[in-house]
Amino acid sequence: MTDASPLSAEQIHERLAGRFRNLSFVPARAGVIASTIVPADQLVALCQMLRDDQALRFDYPADILGVDYLDYFEVVYQLRSFTHGHDVTIKCRTDREDAVLPSVTSIWPGADFQEREVFDMYGVTFTGHPNMTRILLWDEFEGYPLRKDFGIPAPMPAELELGVSYEH
Amino acid sequence: MSIERVLPSPNSLEAAADPSFETSTVALGADRIVVNLGPQHPSTHGVFRLVLTLEGETIVDAESVMGYLHRGTEKIMEEGTYIQNVTLTDRLDYLAGMSNNWAYSLAVENMAGIKVPERGEYIRVLFAELMRYASHCVAIGTFGADVGTFFTPLLYTFREREAIMDLFELACGARMTFTFIRPGGAALELPEEFYPACQRLLDDLPRKVDEYEELLTNNEIFVNRTKNVGVLPPEDGIAYAISGPVLRASGVNYDVRRAHPYGAYPEFDFDVVTRPEGDAYARYLVRIGEMRQSIGLAKQALEKVMKTKGASSAKLSPFFRPDPGEGFSRIESPRGELGFYVVSDGSIAPYRAHCRPPSFINIGPLAKMLTGWKVADVIVILGSIDIVLGEVDR
Repeated sequence: MTDASPLSAEQIHERLAGRFRNLSFVPARAGVIASTIVPADQLVALCQMLRDDQALRFDYPADILGVDYLDYFEVVYQLRSFTHGHDVTIKCRTDREDAVLPSVTSIWPGADFQEREVFDMYGVTFTGHPNMTRILLWDEFEGYPLRKDFGIPAPMPAELELGVSYEH
Repeated sequence: MSIERVLPSPNSLEAAADPSFETSTVALGADRIVVNLGPQHPSTHGVFRLVLTLEGETIVDAESVMGYLHRGTEKIMEEGTYIQNVTLTDRLDYLAGMSNNWAYSLAVENMAGIKVPERGEYIRVLFAELMRYASHCVAIGTFGADVGTFFTPLLYTFREREAIMDLFELACGARMTFTFIRPGGAALELPEEFYPACQRLLDDLPRKVDEYEELLTNNEIFVNRTKNVGVLPPEDGIAYAISGPVLRASGVNYDVRRAHPYGAYPEFDFDVVTRPEGDAYARYLVRIGEMRQSIGLAKQALEKVMKTKGASSAKLSPFFRPDPGEGFSRIESPRGELGFYVVSDGSIAPYRAHCRPPSFINIGPLAKMLTGWKVADVIVILGSIDIVLGEVDR
């Protein structure tokens, strides 16, 4: 790791913006993480560049998570480079009604379980994922629990209800 | 040769109700069988299920099935206040509650810009390092039991774990579900009796690690069953986002405490333990090395705690409302990189709280690691990763 040259979030964004259009950058301030927002149709090409570009070399998909912002879903990719020791936050938004994003499993195999979890909790389908099924909940579960309109308590499927009465 | 799946998805309730699954072996073809391991199996360290496809004794495919312990923690967190939610983090990785408390608190602090007093930071390091020691005690003890040393090492390691639990109980009244590290610092002032008891224990511990090593490190059964088993190449470890002792045993020098220092760690002196081999034995050796480092760190921390006067926590209202925003944290938990991502909408409860559990992500390459090994090695490889299902399933 002698040739490590960490870049700041701004520098990483500039490098990406040189090749991709329609990126927007949110600079860091109190309570806000510096992030690059990328349109869904450019996500895979951008991630490919993040991994393969000599100056970027993001090889570690540290965290992939979803957030429901009521108007849209946001999937946050926190990536890290072991070569250079820098990291970046990429955000990608998708429509709530038709929640589809391209999968990045072909770039980082570590995205496999994490994308499945986002699918399980938010119903965001990742196209190109080798096994886009629920991971924590069971296949027959209805609804996506971390969506804001899901509500608590979760409906219990009839076959899971215990036939036990607690009244004496 | 392709495997034709004659079974429904293993994650399905229908599949679980299928009587052919209960017999645990289903003929697939001429010489391939599917074996269902778990979820109720002592060596799965909780309720973890593996669906193995075997050719004779050799594993050709493995599928991890999890979620049996899913409690919807992230959803519940959206209902609780920022301070209440600390109690839920204890129940994620229940063998390392302090680390979870810290990771969550750090995310909230990063988001709201809360400054932790110096003494609070030292107390956090002290407790997190004792926690790491106690957690590695369980990892090594149960790993020994998995491998066939039966229960002797387990009893030895649990002896010290219990002593550490007693210390924690002295400090906060709980053995495992501490809620001791909270946004702002540490919840309580340490009682006077704590310091001598902790000092005594820390003086004792190095000798105890030697005892475990005497039992395991050169134990013929242990070495034969773990050496060169389940090798994970470093490039695979990185691509699968592995962290913690598993990654360091593959020769990657990545420790969040060193790579992205947090809390008071920059002031502390310690080595990152790595091994180049990448096998199950190397993971054991890394854990042993980390236990020794943890003792050193805890000793330094205790000294600093005793020297530093002042409050151990910033004053924080139980109903505090951070400004809208987001924050994330990452810490080195005993199992690897533990992170939280918290989003605030300005109310008393987080809008979103996400946990990045090291165990969940560390089992990503399990299928790859198991393929080609024999059935007997499955338990060894799984045990060497050291997963906690409370954290995998959340």
